Amino acid sequence: MMLSGWGNYPRVDCTVTRPRDVAELMGAIGRNPTLIARGAGRSYGDAALNRAATLVTTRLNRIAAFDPASGVVSCEAGTTLDELIEVFLPRGWFPWVTPGTRFVTVGGAIASDVHGKNHHLDGTFGRHLLSIDLALADGSVVRCSDNENPDLFAATQGGMGLTGVILRATFRLRPVETDLVVQHTTRTRDLAQTFSALEDASDATYSVAWIDCLARGANLGRGVVYRGEHAALGDLPPAREGRAYEDAPRRSRTLPLSPPSFALNRYSMGALNAAYYGRAKAGRNLVSYQTFFYPLDALLHWNRIYGRQGFVQHQCVLPLVSCDEALRELLTMIAARGTGSFLAVLKLCGEAARGPLSFPMRGYTLALDFQANAGNFSLLTELDEVVAAHGGRFYLAKDARGGARLLRDGYPRLEEFSRTRDRYDPRRRFRSVQSERLGL
Amino acid sequence: MSGVMAADMSPVLIVGATSDIGLALAHEYAKRGAALILAARQPDRLQADLLDLQTRYGVSARSVDLDLLDPDSRTRFLDGLTVVPGTVISVAGLLGEQERSQGDAALAEAVMTTNYVAPVLILSAVANRMQEKGAGTIIGVSSVAGDRGRASNYLYGSAKAGFSAFLSGLRARMRAHGIHVLTVKPGFVDTRMTSGMKLPPVLTASPAQVAREIVRAHLGRRSVIYTLGRWRWIMLPIRLLPEPLFMRLKF
Ligand SMILES: Cc1cc2nc3c(=O)[nH]c(=O)nc-3n(C[C@H](O)[C@H](O)[C@H](O)COP(=O)(O)OP(=O)(O)OC[C@H]3O[C@@H](n4cnc5c(N)ncnc54)[C@H](O)[C@@H]3O)c2cc1C
Ligand SMILES: NC(=O)c1ccc[n+]([C@@H]2O[C@H](COP(=O)([O-])OP(=O)(O)OC[C@H]3O[C@@H](n4cnc5c(N)ncnc54)[C@H](OP(=O)(O)O)[C@@H]3O)[C@@H](O)[C@H]2O)c1
Repeated sequence: MMLSGWGNYPRVDCTVTRPRDVAELMGAIGRNPTLIARGAGRSYGDAALNRAATLVTTRLNRIAAFDPASGVVSCEAGTTLDELIEVFLPRGWFPWVTPGTRFVTVGGAIASDVHGKNHHLDGTFGRHLLSIDLALADGSVVRCSDNENPDLFAATQGGMGLTGVILRATFRLRPVETDLVVQHTTRTRDLAQTFSALEDASDATYSVAWIDCLARGANLGRGVVYRGEHAALGDLPPAREGRAYEDAPRRSRTLPLSPPSFALNRYSMGALNAAYYGRAKAGRNLVSYQTFFYPLDALLHWNRIYGRQGFVQHQCVLPLVSCDEALRELLTMIAARGTGSFLAVLKLCGEAARGPLSFPMRGYTLALDFQANAGNFSLLTELDEVVAAHGGRFYLAKDARGGARLLRDGYPRLEEFSRTRDRYDPRRRFRSVQSERLGL
Repeated sequence: MSGVMAADMSPVLIVGATSDIGLALAHEYAKRGAALILAARQPDRLQADLLDLQTRYGVSARSVDLDLLDPDSRTRFLDGLTVVPGTVISVAGLLGEQERSQGDAALAEAVMTTNYVAPVLILSAVANRMQEKGAGTIIGVSSVAGDRGRASNYLYGSAKAGFSAFLSGLRARMRAHGIHVLTVKPGFVDTRMTSGMKLPPVLTASPAQVAREIVRAHLGRRSVIYTLGRWRWIMLPIRLLPEPLFMRLKF
């Protein structure tokens, strides 16, 4: 069947199987010469696609154990953060690290070593990971942790499914007192202000900036900076007294399939950006966890607004030393073209993680969407050059079009990753359209 | 609504719990606080699901061994069932291949036993205990295939027809004892039974959908439901068509 990532680009004809349990999954691994695991398909590009065999893991969603004293949970890799939140938030626990959508699987979160708005303090998903059970190319299953197979443990975090199939994972959840977030909103006038607001916010648990990437000249880099803390019991509004965890309204609205192609030109995008920028209310607010962490999840399948040709996300991280100059260059180029999305996210990252292909490093990460078309692709290639020239790297979970050279330049520990794969999967049975494109 | 089952501590017994519909039912009932007894052959296969149900919903859940084709196993199962379940659901079934079962008596017998003989014996035994207690709900998952015998699956269909007739008689008998009997007639459901078949999406339910509709019908004390509901209107003309016409239909 035709399959794609969240960006609906590229679309590839893949043979898909949906094993219902670990036994069926192991059977599928044994049967297929090459294969890749797929979680919820929320990576943007071609990371979770393999023409010969794409193994969808979402039915491996059994929770095996939970320790209410420590918040340690064990579950199968296809369990989504959405399910974990539904089960454990009412008991006072939240994922330590969550991406901007809760519809990702634990396996996908590990394979992309995802980061959230608290990366500067709490690192990636892998920092809170205690162990995994990994199915290897030779058909065996091994436990990986800091003590057992530490090389595989590290390589799998951010390893994009190329070390094997994660069957189960054990990791910590974070204790919270309520399901609300105390949010502080600051508006900034230019990039310098945005930087300093984010750096001021570096003691806040969560911080992120939304950048108006169409603003130019003196306004370049203006935006809205959000800080957030899990609300304590004492922060509950009077109407919610005694009810720390509300049953929040759940399912979201869905966009119809293939809507009439949107006119995503600089005027409509500009209007959208201005609307967002104008709407943000400065100051302190008490908001639901959905509003704070998952604003986009309120509209299921919002990816369809980009129409049939799909879209790509450009996400890079730039080291602190060069980020000011690099971001200025990038934002100037993006604003000049005017075809970027209303979604440009800037975030300050903390220390790099142990995974050789884990994306975040100390510096700033910028992410924005582009409709998939030739004009944008040539712009993206130019952006890539700027990122490379400043010692930055791109995020594999978002990538659909990068090249091998860019990967080598951005990931100095690539060799180490390849050596680990030489040891455990010399014939490269685990491969994806992405890994083939990147010569990984 | 959730109180109905949580207040009544007697467990929900699911016969055929390894099926996709059975597992979806386990989740749907556990979500409402019900304790579970999951009956299946090789019940160890349910270990991961038991832990999942327990951690997710904080309910008690255990599995018991039951091979419907083995009379000794059925007896052991009934003897070992020391509590009277609040609800019993028979969701086990065997489609078999019509062409093979035409010439293979052993397979034909397995289809009849799995879809009719064994569920009837087990539900009858549980019904008697419920009658003594004066409370309970009995749910039988039959099939639209039991509404009329078709060339392509009449062995399975005839066993399901017998099962539907059994449930309807049981309902009439149990009415006076306050025991509710629900007949469920699924159309197409996307499960292991139908994997590899090309099913029309508008007529095909997911196991979770079927489970939700069953629980709703349970709480609403319905007698017979079709899932998806539109199957009732599809089956109506099929049931009414005169035999000389019906036998010419190729499906
Ligand atoms: C709206 C939105 C917001 C996002 N925000 C963020 C963010 O803030 N931070 C961030 O880091 N990411 C973010 N992402 C990206 C997303 O978190 C990652 O792409 C994540 O990997 C998706 O998980 P998935 O289950 O959908 O995996 P898939 O997309 O299905 O797969 C992603 C990769 O994981 C591998 N994989 C999946 N399951 C397994 C397994 N069981 N064993 C081995 N490998 C496996 C696949 O092979 C593939 O390489 C966002 C995505 C969206 C759509
Ligand atoms: N899928 C459909 O389109 C559809 C349509 C109409 C009605 N139905 C009915 O729905 C019910 C559930 O079926 P399903 O679609 O979910 O298919 P399924 O997964 O094939 O379920 C069949 C179940 O019956 C069990 N079973 C078979 N023989 C058994 C035996 N000897 N002892 C104990 N258990 C036995 C199976 O257990 P094992 O795991 O041990 O094999 C399995 O749990 C069945 O009654 C079926 O007839 C299904």
